[in-house]
Amino acid sequence: MGKKTISYAKWGYIFSIPFVVAFALFTLYPIIYTVFIAFTDLKGANNTTPHLLTGDLLKNFKDVMATQQFKISFGNTWKIWMMNFIPQMGLALILTAWFTDNRSKIKGQGLFKVAFYMPNIITAATVAIMFNSFFGYPIGPVNDILMRFHIVDTAQNFLIKKSNGQGIVAFIQFWMWFGYTMITLISGVIGIDPSIFEAAEMDGANRIQTFLFVTIPCIRSILLFSLVTSLIGGLNMFDIPYLFLKGGPDNATLTTNVFIYNQAFSGAYLYNRAAAASLIMLLIIVFFSSILFYVMRDRDAAKAKKLRKQAIKQAKLKAKEVA
Amino acid sequence: MAEVTAPAKVKKPSAINKRKNPIYMAFIYVICIFLLIICLFPFWLLLVNATRSSIEIQTHAVALIPSKYLQNNMNVFKGKDFNVLVGFKNSLIISASATILAVYFSSLTAYALTAYEWKLRDGFFGFIMGVMMIPGQVTAIGFYQMCYKLHLTNNQLMLILPSIAAPMMVFFMRQYLQASLSMEIVESARVDGAGEFYTFNMIVLPIMKPAMATQAIFSFVGAWNNLFTPMILLTKNEYKTMPVMVSLLKGDIYRTEYGAIYLGLFLTVLPLIIIYLLLARYIVAGVALGAVKG
Repeated sequence: MGKKTISYAKWGYIFSIPFVVAFALFTLYPIIYTVFIAFTDLKGANNTTPHLLTGDLLKNFKDVMATQQFKISFGNTWKIWMMNFIPQMGLALILTAWFTDNRSKIKGQGLFKVAFYMPNIITAATVAIMFNSFFGYPIGPVNDILMRFHIVDTAQNFLIKKSNGQGIVAFIQFWMWFGYTMITLISGVIGIDPSIFEAAEMDGANRIQTFLFVTIPCIRSILLFSLVTSLIGGLNMFDIPYLFLKGGPDNATLTTNVFIYNQAFSGAYLYNRAAAASLIMLLIIVFFSSILFYVMRDRDAAKAKKLRKQAIKQAKLKAKEVA
Repeated sequence: MAEVTAPAKVKKPSAINKRKNPIYMAFIYVICIFLLIICLFPFWLLLVNATRSSIEIQTHAVALIPSKYLQNNMNVFKGKDFNVLVGFKNSLIISASATILAVYFSSLTAYALTAYEWKLRDGFFGFIMGVMMIPGQVTAIGFYQMCYKLHLTNNQLMLILPSIAAPMMVFFMRQYLQASLSMEIVESARVDGAGEFYTFNMIVLPIMKPAMATQAIFSFVGAWNNLFTPMILLTKNEYKTMPVMVSLLKGDIYRTEYGAIYLGLFLTVLPLIIIYLLLARYIVAGVALGAVKG
């Protein structure tokens, strides 16, 4: 009997070593180093020796906050995210309602899902440049279509207007992500106990009532998950705005990540300010992801606690039996 | 009983009438087909324009039928310093290695979190959950400076090794293991005298195959599409990945060679489109699977 109580616990530690080491080297250390740089004078092309700021330790943060471009980029990031997220979630909800409605079975759902998700797996860098050439002036597919159908008489230079730039970036994000959100929501609805829907139908609820008052409350946690992941993705938006118009026209598509990139890597070499700006964004992301963290953790922790309590109870019972 | 329920159903004819309202159904299909075209047409346009001459594109930028200038565009394209094959090779090396490491070590970490009772386990899992959402971009400055100091920029290993620690994947793998791993199998392997590492490789990994396949697809596509880190780390042309090379396509050299631009864009998405069309069912199912955990 003694052999059965051999502890395998050490293997838990041993098998976690590769993860811990890689995480420490490639994520934790860079985070700490970024924090450190944010309080130093590290700038210049070949400068690798940061010195802690002597006077005002928070100078980099204050500089960033005072920079007009950072304020603009921060506003743009939120604006573009909302312009993409609201229609994206709206459309995804409508499509979810249609596809999961068993009163009107939509045919070809598999095909629609595959097609709607496709833009999501395509390289964002390619998508950005593709749309840039689609809106080309004076020739480009969008202008060609508009002129062929006589919607406009002369070619339009879409990309010089600030609102167009933001709108198109938001549209590209929408185009890339609505399929993903839709599949996410549909999988949530499929997980709902079907008897709830039958009961609603029995009670005479129509489609809209069923969706609003039965389906949506049941997929609350998935909606929150979509919201938070989309928000974090949106706050990190880089590929599309950077490659679509390099932040232009007139800073209209300058997002915070494009700002950070410009500070550090496009000739300015202001690593300390870029680090400070990264940290500001990190704090915001940590704030929002901690909301998700608590919502998701509570359930898991509660489950684990229950199981452990049961295990302890059983062990005690066994011990009593043996005694 | 049947007599009681039957009249109850007849009581709500409105719901039954709505069941197959043809106008409502037609409306749904029209919207869905419209969205389908919006999602797929851009890629078709890339393909078609890749086969058209610059003059054709200048007269009409939209066409539905391919032309005959593919070879011509290919020659223009080859003349530039944008070498698709090199980018393709680099992307393949980085994405494949990163995926193998991520899948293997995430499975190992998930196994450590599932099969063993150890003191720091819950704390470690809480930590993984906590860092799951931190995007790589916010640590980029520190990461770049670290690599620069150690003369490791332009080193592909710096894009491969970090994938050993993939918190999101550990989370999904753990979820899968908890549902599908029975400790009895592990116990019987122990009785047979198998070492813990051997048991993991020979018995647990095969159980995890479905989860590994799904995660591998997403990991590969994610690594393939990554732009930010390769762009700041890789400055030499011989190391550049596909997305970094695509970003060069925007340069002025190609301005008038419209066909060549479209060809370049099409070539960069071709491998992804092929993977997607072959594995679409699994990919869509994988997205749904990942979401249920939320």
